[in-house]
Amino acid sequence: MAYSDKVIDHYEHPRNVGVLDKSALNVGTGMVGAPACGDVMRLQIQVNEQGVIEDAKFKTYGCGSAIASSSLLTEWVKGKTLDEARQIKNSQIAEELALPPVKVHCSVLAEDAIKAAIADYQSKQGD
Amino acid sequence: MFDFSKNYFELFGMPAGFTLDSAALATRYRDLQKVVHPDRYASAGEHSQRLSLQGATLVNEAYETLKDPLKRAQYLLRLKGLEVDGQNNTLNDPAFLMEQMELREALAEVRSSADPQGSLDVLLREIGGMIQAQIAQLAVLFEDGTPQGLVTAAQSVQKMQFLNKLHAEAEAVEAELDEAC
Repeated sequence: MAYSDKVIDHYEHPRNVGVLDKSALNVGTGMVGAPACGDVMRLQIQVNEQGVIEDAKFKTYGCGSAIASSSLLTEWVKGKTLDEARQIKNSQIAEELALPPVKVHCSVLAEDAIKAAIADYQSKQGD
Repeated sequence: MFDFSKNYFELFGMPAGFTLDSAALATRYRDLQKVVHPDRYASAGEHSQRLSLQGATLVNEAYETLKDPLKRAQYLLRLKGLEVDGQNNTLNDPAFLMEQMELREALAEVRSSADPQGSLDVLLREIGGMIQAQIAQLAVLFEDGTPQGLVTAAQSVQKMQFLNKLHAEAEAVEAELDEAC
């Protein structure tokens, strides 16, 4: 199966790979995994006082589509409010990366990861 | 020849459980292979030949499923109406996933360590131990058989999927190291 040019670009030049301080109050960490393929994804957001995501980092062990989905997502969420970030749908990621049906679950994983990161951030804020 | 509607355990004449006698399984496999072996039907009609081929395929599938702890657990859960290997299944256990991430990072660093083979051995033993722990837990949970126990077993199966993948990747690194020597 051929990967799209966008997937290959993100796979070869992943954006925002790295780690943020997961114990920091302004950082939310989302850990998700897909048992069927053994992929593990960590997505972190750093949120400023206005509730805007000012930085995002990820680390993904998995196939090219999973890496590309999380790489693209970190680009998209930067500068967005939490509400805006929460509304990103896996179908948008799959469409942007032209993922074939068998790889759509990779974009589902990325959507789950950002939702988990937002939930983790909000639980730290105590609301 | 034999009943195609039987489940794998019935086919092998063994009780449907996670803990099973692997020597008896291997013996039953050889017996069944003889029964369905296509050579026996070389002079039989086309219908019998086709049935024998289908029988041989079924016996092989059943054996591959029953002898592997992960596949056996998945099959048992499916017999009990729990689907555990869907594509969109995700595991929500941050602590376990964090540990998986760390183990994958450790594996990625093996090649650049002072003693690659030594670090890899430690990692392989650690992953192997974690897989054995899941197998031991599955034995207890299937024995228990309560609905709550089966839900926990399904999570245990998901964890084993991650661990098996990781173990296979570690073995691939080992093969690479062997070649480099």
